[in-house]
Amino acid sequence: MSVQELEKEQSPNQAGFGLTAWLRWGWRTLTSMKTALILLFLLALGSVPGSLVPQRGVEPDKVARLYEQNPTLAEWYDRFQLFEVFTSTWFAAVYLLLFTSLIGCIVPRTATYLRELRRKPPAAPKHLSRLPHAAAFEGDLGVEEAARRLRKLRFRVVTGDGWVSAEKGYLRETGNLFFHIALLGILLAIGAGSLYGYRGNVLVVEGDGFANTVAAYDRYIPGSQVSAESLEPFSLQLTDFKVSYQVEGDKRGQALDYSAHLKVNDSPGAPTRDFELKVNTPLEVNGTQVYLIGNGYAPVFKVTDGKGQVAFEGAVPCLIEDKPTMTSGCVVKAPDAQPSQLGFLLRFLPTSVPLTDGTYASAFPDELNPEVQLVGAFSGDLGLRSGRPQSVYELAPPEVMKKLKPLVMGSNVPKPLAAGQSIDLPEGAGKLEFVGVKEWMTLQIAYDPGRVPALVFAAVAVVAIALSLMIRRRRVFVRVKEGGTVEVGGLTRTEGSAAGFAEEFADIVKVLSAGEKDVR
Amino acid sequence: MSAEQLAGLSDLFVVAAVLLYVVSMVGFAMELAFGRFRPGKAAALGADAQRQAVKQPVAVGAAGSGGEGADASSAEQPGASEAAGQPRGAIRAGTVALALAWLGWAANLAAIVTRGLAVERWPWGNMYEFVVAICFAAVSAFLGTQLRHNVRFLGAFVMVTAALGLGLAVKFFYTAAGPVVPALNSYWIAIHVTAAIISSGLLTMAGVAGILYLIRGDGLSRLPTREDLERVAHRAIVFAFPLWTFAVIAGALWADRAWGRYWGWDPKEVWSFITWVAYAAYLHARVTAGWRGRAATIVQLVAFACLLFNLIGVNIFISGLHSYADVGN
Ligand code: HEM
Repeated sequence: MSVQELEKEQSPNQAGFGLTAWLRWGWRTLTSMKTALILLFLLALGSVPGSLVPQRGVEPDKVARLYEQNPTLAEWYDRFQLFEVFTSTWFAAVYLLLFTSLIGCIVPRTATYLRELRRKPPAAPKHLSRLPHAAAFEGDLGVEEAARRLRKLRFRVVTGDGWVSAEKGYLRETGNLFFHIALLGILLAIGAGSLYGYRGNVLVVEGDGFANTVAAYDRYIPGSQVSAESLEPFSLQLTDFKVSYQVEGDKRGQALDYSAHLKVNDSPGAPTRDFELKVNTPLEVNGTQVYLIGNGYAPVFKVTDGKGQVAFEGAVPCLIEDKPTMTSGCVVKAPDAQPSQLGFLLRFLPTSVPLTDGTYASAFPDELNPEVQLVGAFSGDLGLRSGRPQSVYELAPPEVMKKLKPLVMGSNVPKPLAAGQSIDLPEGAGKLEFVGVKEWMTLQIAYDPGRVPALVFAAVAVVAIALSLMIRRRRVFVRVKEGGTVEVGGLTRTEGSAAGFAEEFADIVKVLSAGEKDVR
Repeated sequence: MSAEQLAGLSDLFVVAAVLLYVVSMVGFAMELAFGRFRPGKAAALGADAQRQAVKQPVAVGAAGSGGEGADASSAEQPGASEAAGQPRGAIRAGTVALALAWLGWAANLAAIVTRGLAVERWPWGNMYEFVVAICFAAVSAFLGTQLRHNVRFLGAFVMVTAALGLGLAVKFFYTAAGPVVPALNSYWIAIHVTAAIISSGLLTMAGVAGILYLIRGDGLSRLPTREDLERVAHRAIVFAFPLWTFAVIAGALWADRAWGRYWGWDPKEVWSFITWVAYAAYLHARVTAGWRGRAATIVQLVAFACLLFNLIGVNIFISGLHSYADVGN
């Protein structure tokens, strides 16, 4: 299994012009080391755009922005599948070729390896002094004794007339083969995961719950082999969400810890258990993982309409506008309000402070002095019944916005409201009350049947590559000459590792030349 | 001592380490400058003579005390057999430089330890701390190798790299001591980042040897032979590659706990992958006919460039999930 063997590339011309000859030549070329090298390069090179161009799976909003800002470029990117490099056909082509090449490499090598495993070390050469490592000493060491001592050093040993031949370091090839096989295993595990796994996101407000069904997700990305019924039927409720912040020093305002107190039912009839969900400690239910990936504020509002009836009451999750201060933008819609629907745009300030110019801002991300500022209030048809899906973070699409009647806007924006305070709308249109503050969290829920196999193969790969690179294959020969001279010779079969062997060889010679009592 | 005092002490230790590395670099440079020229090929010694040099100490060791057996290895080691031929002044400069390098190493270590005590966590939670640790790892790799094999010729270049790295960290990446974001608050930082730091340190040493390989022609030079340089680089990579593989996998395990997927093609993940593939390409190039030597060294340096870009470039130019990106925050 020398490199030369692997490098042997026969040109089809020599073998004749038949189809089989061409196929054989193609296979040889594909499985040659040089091709593997080039494919490795292509794989690395092909990954580069994956980090420079925004990827749909990772940053869909950036892709959308690029489409707005530079549609021609975006289209060209799309033409070459640069928004999804790692699932593109050309990337797949490279790694499939590489792995075909790898299989073409592994199979014959495994066969050679199995043959090697059973093969005995070769007979000792005549002149040991010509070997890269050689020594001689006087002594009464017999062939049998030399063989015994070498076996004790875990060599595989054969003996002959006046000579001993020993070899060890077979784990090197074992490691190499297992490493390359493990790479295949990792690829298969990843493939299985993307076919049979799913991933989804959901936002949960304090006090609310989530049941693991497709309909409950805000975003749901199933693998092609996942059916909606196969989702693990657990449910959870968010009882309390806490964030602690650094309150002093340079890092003031940095989050120190997030923790979500959950009540979990592993299955519909199962008893409820408590779980504290944190970053780095996901909840696991039968292989389905639940991760805490985001959080924010959800102030509670009460809208009373022009007729004095409560048209809306509840928590409204707000989008974070400024992460360091957690200033957030909220939208309240009251489609049930009479005589006309009401809509509000608000800004939530967790730690509200007045600025010198009369405006207000948040000074800290924690809710030390939570206040809500009314940015705009509108009446009119919000267009919710048009059947078109609408975002909860947007009051209405621009064309609908134009038709709404502004009640409060711009210069007549009032002072922010503290919890419990309310504001009366002009013209007796109604009243908005800021009731209190809750928090929301976003969860990622993922099921990936490939993750454990991938881990196992990865662990095999690490151990195997360490064996493959650290162990050297080495041979030691002993010749007992008449008159009591013992010659020892040694060589390594691994290029570039001769240096370290010199020490080991010296130790081996020491063990061989030592008297009986010195042998361990 | 209060946390602020410890943090201040840590900053002082970094400055001390930079100064010591610079002075040490001068010493190593003098050793090279006043040293003897070496022929371009080890083969100039004559294959027979070389084999003789290997064999004799073993024979002596076998017959006598045995203690000199280890000499056999140094005879094969880069430069060692020639050390005797060096002018005395050069050797002295090199010895002083080595002592200074150890002092700088100690200062670098002290900087990391005091920082860790000041912030009460593993002291590699941001770019600044990460680069300080990598410089420490690179110097450790050099000094550790130097304990067993004579690689003093690398000294000047490793020192200048470490001094520049620390300088860069202080000047551009400095972050006041403080807590990390919750995602970094995990025992995985000890496993994943430590492995990344150690392998980066080793790969930095290999990169330095690779650059010297290209600078040095095949002719007469004060630098060691190309074979020696390549051997140093290869051995460092052979150690570092499994460790880097492990670091990437530990990162995937951590991502599995923190972000809900073990691999998601975050820019840092992409570049770790590219770096890993590039070093795998180097290892394959070494065993491919016609690629050994210069071509393999170029592959190695491309891989090293990927590593550097991943450590520094990705944090600065590309935003991603990795929280290290808060440079100078
Ligand atoms: C996913 C891509 C691959 C990776 C990451 C990879 C990685 C490695 C590594 C790290 C080594 C150890 C080098 C050494 O022993 O010094 C190695 C050795 C080897 N690889 Fe690969 N490899 C890949 C694909 C392939 C392919 C496609 C082939 C077949 C053409 C191949 C053939 C070999 C051979 C023959 C060796 C043994 C070299 C020796 O014994 O010195 N590898 N590989």
